Amino acid sequence: MTGDMTGPAPSERPKPAGRRNHQGIRVDPDALAEHQPRRAVISALVAHEPGVLADVSGLFARRQFNIESLTVGPTTDGETARMTIVVEEPEPGIEQVKRQLRKEIPVHSVRELEGSTERELALIKVDGDDPAGVSAVAEMYGGQAVEAGAEVVTVELTGTEAQVDAAIEAFERYGVREVARTGTAALAGGPQETAGDDQ
Amino acid sequence: MTEQRPTHPPEPATETSADPDTEPADEEQETTPKPVQNGAQAVIRALENAGVETAFGVQGGAIMPVYDALYDSSVHHITMAHEQGASHAADAYGIVTGDPGVCLATSGPGATNLVTGLADANMDSDPVLALTGQVPTEFVGNDAFQETDTVGVTAPVTKGNYFATSSDTVGADVGEAFALARDGRQGPTLVDLPKDVTKGPTDVEPGEPERPETYNPPTDADPEAVDEAARALAAAEKPVILAGGGVIKGNASDELRQFATEHGIPVVTTMPSVGVFPEDHELAMEMAGMHGTGYANMAVTHCDVMFAVGTRFDDRLTGGVETFAPDAELIHADIDASEISKNIHADYPVVGDAAAVFRQFADAMPRSPDAQEWREQCATWKDEYPMTYDAPKDEPLKPQFVVEAVDEATPDDAIVATGVGQHQMWAVQYWTYKEPRTWVSSHGLGAMGYGLPAAIGAKVGAPDQEVVCFDGDGSFLMTCQELAVAVRESLDITVFVLNNEAIGMVRQWQDAFFEGRRMASEYPWVPDFAALADAFGARGFTLREYDDVADTVREALDYEGPSVVDCHIDPRENVFPMVPSGGDNGRFAMNSDQLEEIKG
Repeated sequence: MTGDMTGPAPSERPKPAGRRNHQGIRVDPDALAEHQPRRAVISALVAHEPGVLADVSGLFARRQFNIESLTVGPTTDGETARMTIVVEEPEPGIEQVKRQLRKEIPVHSVRELEGSTERELALIKVDGDDPAGVSAVAEMYGGQAVEAGAEVVTVELTGTEAQVDAAIEAFERYGVREVARTGTAALAGGPQETAGDDQ
Repeated sequence: MTEQRPTHPPEPATETSADPDTEPADEEQETTPKPVQNGAQAVIRALENAGVETAFGVQGGAIMPVYDALYDSSVHHITMAHEQGASHAADAYGIVTGDPGVCLATSGPGATNLVTGLADANMDSDPVLALTGQVPTEFVGNDAFQETDTVGVTAPVTKGNYFATSSDTVGADVGEAFALARDGRQGPTLVDLPKDVTKGPTDVEPGEPERPETYNPPTDADPEAVDEAARALAAAEKPVILAGGGVIKGNASDELRQFATEHGIPVVTTMPSVGVFPEDHELAMEMAGMHGTGYANMAVTHCDVMFAVGTRFDDRLTGGVETFAPDAELIHADIDASEISKNIHADYPVVGDAAAVFRQFADAMPRSPDAQEWREQCATWKDEYPMTYDAPKDEPLKPQFVVEAVDEATPDDAIVATGVGQHQMWAVQYWTYKEPRTWVSSHGLGAMGYGLPAAIGAKVGAPDQEVVCFDGDGSFLMTCQELAVAVRESLDITVFVLNNEAIGMVRQWQDAFFEGRRMASEYPWVPDFAALADAFGARGFTLREYDDVADTVREALDYEGPSVVDCHIDPRENVFPMVPSGGDNGRFAMNSDQLEEIKG
């Protein structure tokens, strides 16, 4: 071992007082602030070509971003598709999601939607013992029975994620057998365009 | 046919006709190139249009049409022993020239063997273009012979990749991938080339490389953000510039030097940026991080404003983020917005090209920071934590001594390539780097075996510069077959194997963190590397004694052609300073006793 390396021992060296949290943000050492996760609706305009969904979903998996839902469908020009991605992340993570998405070559633009119109479609298969009761609940949530048989009734409804959650809960008393949900699709509110980067 | 075909193998050590420098003269005699007739010719024409002179690769079934088109091309092809060697050589070529290095491989195993090199290039933002053969389109998805989902496999380790779908557009795909590798934040790209696409007829001539329309890297930064940050920097009492690899990639070394010296701001580097600032300068604090200098880590830990440019704050640099530059306001400039606040929160985010950013800051600085006391403190730290080592003549050779001797014997612009491990750290610590693009290593990925193929790529890219490789016995054993290539191509490189008969870095960690249980780290028997070199047709040397160092180093460097010096070093030697993984940069150990203290 080399012997003549000088300098004070580690414990004797001057120590700065500051500190960062695990997100790399400088904090008051007495009040360690952490950012809480929040839900963000991100809309990405992407090339309508094979492999784009794999690119985007692979990116989310690699970087450990939590996807709540992801929907994709073509726009009107035949060349682009719109992805609506709902994520739940602490603040720095949401910014990272957007920046990393922008780097993907097939991605044209990325923006976080606020005050947007959000809908998802749900198909809910309920026991058919009380068809009138099921229909009444369906109507209450703006849905309708699309298939009714002796054993089961299948209801279709659209709404925000919270509305769909509430509807499914309401159907529980009739016995929910299966549910299929599309995840959220969203458009920017009012005349503002959904496409275009938000920075 | 007018151009000289590189026929293999040429006479060792005397053959020069395959030198890429002789090729352009031949090319100029051709007034107009022959029109392209198939997809493969369009691929090669796209490379020629991009100014590609050299490609590294290995032949194989699905890539054969592309190689057939190379037969008539000005592009000089170097056949490597293994595709991993091709991707590392292309990577090193990219580092020393700044232009994308090109590598080729066939489908399946050829493509998967490239992956380590692509992952390395992706981590270090090195410009590389990979072209891979693929089974014909109609067989894709059928698990055909030598079929691998190359685009799927390489997506996580490339900046972008392409699956060519048509003979008419494949030339444009290759041009786009080249431009994407070269522009903005550099990185590896790949084009997967199904055999029917390359064999298929086309008369579409590819143009100049054009980057995709969705990729528009920034140049100048937002002036307001620069103004605000410059005011903070000017007001600092303990400022530090943390120059990352992006400063070299952005060709901003001159701008950095001018800015730092004009404002008297100490410069700390990361490992990829070694050489960006002359290490013998009074403002040079050298490399920070796990095995960085004590003074660099003290400067980073105690600064009040850090001006970081072109760095992604790797964990080997920051140690634990909680204790990284804990008092500092951070100005973070990067060409890639996604790096800002990814690991360390930026108080002043600046998105722009490194050279433009330094020029903008030079204009925006209201005054120089008042940092005389801080500079004195930094100088004191340099005295307090010197990079020294004991070299008793009656003990085995110290690796640091070998590194210093080779540095002494070579010009300032000599290029150093390395493998990964202890030897890599000694090579970065004890060589005095003065120029950018002279340090060629595997930083982010830490790919053992990088050294020799990288030395080959570096020598091809910079034929007029001395190229040496420091390797470990473990790293060298992973890719030493590339010596065959160095001999065949008459490349004048010198490999110094710092041989301690172990994967030394692992052994060092086992001794420090695993109670000395040396599982699978010691090599009870390693080959005679000098004899191995001779067997390849290179020149082998063995070095054991201090008294022989100067002469053997001289003789090996003077030998025209590849040579290998098997340096039997003190196996007890370890790498210090050291910050334990995830530790506090201000609590580095200068020796094993201090490491015990930190751990305790």
